Amino acid sequence: MESETPKMKPIWYFVGLMLALMGLVVEVSGLYRYFSAEHTKTVLENLHPEIWWGAIMIIAGVILLLANRKATVG
Amino acid sequence: MQSIELAFSDWLIIAIYFIFVLGVGLYLKRYTKNENDFFLAGRRNSTWVAGLAFLSANLGALELLGMTGNTFKYGMYVAHFYWIGAIPAMLFLGIYMMPFYYSAKIKSVPGYLKLRFDEKTRVLNGIAFAIMTLLVSGINLYAMALVLHTFLGWHWEVSMWVSAATVAAYVTLSGLLSAIFTEIMQFFLIWFGLFLVAILGIVEIGSVGEIFNRVDELYRTVSYTTLWSTSSDPSLNGMVVTWGGIVLGLGFVLSFGYWTTDFLVVQRAFSAKDLRTARMTPILASFFKMAVPFIVILTGLIAIVLANDAHSGYALLKDGGQVNYDSALPLLIARYYPPGLVGLGVTALLAGFMAGQAGNISAFNTVWTYDIYQSVLNKKATEAHLLWMGRVATIVGILISVGTAYWAKSFPSIMDYMQAIFSWVNAPLFATMLLGMFVWWITPNGAFWGLLLGMGSSFTLFVAVKFDWIEAHVITLSSIASDQAANFWRAWWAWLICFGVTIIVSFFTKRRPSEELVGLVKGLTPKVSTEGVLWYRRPETYAIISVVVFVILNIYFW
Repeated sequence: MESETPKMKPIWYFVGLMLALMGLVVEVSGLYRYFSAEHTKTVLENLHPEIWWGAIMIIAGVILLLANRKATVG
Repeated sequence: MQSIELAFSDWLIIAIYFIFVLGVGLYLKRYTKNENDFFLAGRRNSTWVAGLAFLSANLGALELLGMTGNTFKYGMYVAHFYWIGAIPAMLFLGIYMMPFYYSAKIKSVPGYLKLRFDEKTRVLNGIAFAIMTLLVSGINLYAMALVLHTFLGWHWEVSMWVSAATVAAYVTLSGLLSAIFTEIMQFFLIWFGLFLVAILGIVEIGSVGEIFNRVDELYRTVSYTTLWSTSSDPSLNGMVVTWGGIVLGLGFVLSFGYWTTDFLVVQRAFSAKDLRTARMTPILASFFKMAVPFIVILTGLIAIVLANDAHSGYALLKDGGQVNYDSALPLLIARYYPPGLVGLGVTALLAGFMAGQAGNISAFNTVWTYDIYQSVLNKKATEAHLLWMGRVATIVGILISVGTAYWAKSFPSIMDYMQAIFSWVNAPLFATMLLGMFVWWITPNGAFWGLLLGMGSSFTLFVAVKFDWIEAHVITLSSIASDQAANFWRAWWAWLICFGVTIIVSFFTKRRPSEELVGLVKGLTPKVSTEGVLWYRRPETYAIISVVVFVILNIYFW
């Protein structure tokens, strides 16, 4: 007997996973630089944009992931 | 310039993106079982999925780089491309045209021409669209390789072949469905990857008001920060255009021609699960379209301020003495983004390039398979054979795009013709569609000859001005005009010629019986009933809200 194809996960699930993973990389990279006092040559380096932007991405990604963890399409 | 160096974290983010797009292609393969799944994504998409894909199909990286650079060159008039040059057309598509497209159950825009007129009009448009799509796809591919080479030092052939092979893999596996999925990923990557540039620019300069004040101080006689108040005289605005060119050329012909007839974007609405969803698709997209200037216009104005501040250390690149306006955005990324964020910005651009490529190819494989192959070459093809042909067309289309990219490399001035290519095909097609949907007595021969002469006249006008056979002011109706103004006006004349010829020929040729046109022409088709539908679920409600936001933005930046 042919097995039934499982229901498709919505795109928002994949977007959430991608944003969370990329946000995590940005966040870890920023925190490493913050604690190691390593300097970049970028303008506004003192604001550490990668730390708070990485956090925003992780939060957005996790919200999308949790909201769609059980959702299916079609 | 010295290339932007990528750290390990940047490469990791780029790798995550490639793993996701290829993984999604593989994952969706099991849900792509027939031609309906491959070419129309199974017609199961929601408003949000179809709407964001509709917008993202147009939001390529070349557009982001080019429009930021254009803002540097022309000022805030570039916002017209996002507001009057998009919103009225998107709403018109959703409210008036979508019922005819969607209810006819067609698979492509040329498919509508077949039902409304005849086979020859369909094939003419199918061939023109296929050529235009592959040309644009190839030029985009070369442009991507050039940008990656200039700013990251990547070998142009390697970046071109890797991205082309990736797109070929996931579109061949699952067709439009994977193209739409990657377009939505691209939408989020562009906002998360590039909006931070605008935020950091505002923080550095002080405020949005300060950015506008400093641009005004730099340009005292020509306005770079208004939309309409200086449009009566072309010498008063950075784009050197009058309101007539903006309204008739951009706002009416080019915009309606692109947003209501270009299959690349309209195909996303065809993938919607029902008529209401299809109508909501461009309406929802209109809200996000209005927001894009908060990335491109703002960063363009920030670039103007910084480039004119001797202490900022910011200057656009120069190629052989010519300013490279497209360098404005990448240089701002290099200015503000530390490792990690650089990878995110580069991935946003890469995603924009690749999703644009996938969009072109998924539209091409559909038009080729149905409107050229099945229509002319193999009328008896089975469903399974058409699915196979769609996959073959994807790979062949990618290979032709790569060939076009090599051609563009040896003939770089072809990139200047990108805007013109749209006015050759889309502007006259809009006249054909408008007359076809709203005037029942337009004949198949009228449509065919109108379309042929409309496309021919647009191309002839372009060549005539290019080789100085006629002066540009003859078509722009003003003594001075930029290339953009010439594009707007040429589109207007092509539309008018197609419109006039279609009507005149229709007077003298055989009409189709009106009973054959039920469901295809307004007046012969029952109205879409919204009775019993709650007001907040009606597309018209959201279209009105979109119009209100559109009017407020235009008045605020008048």
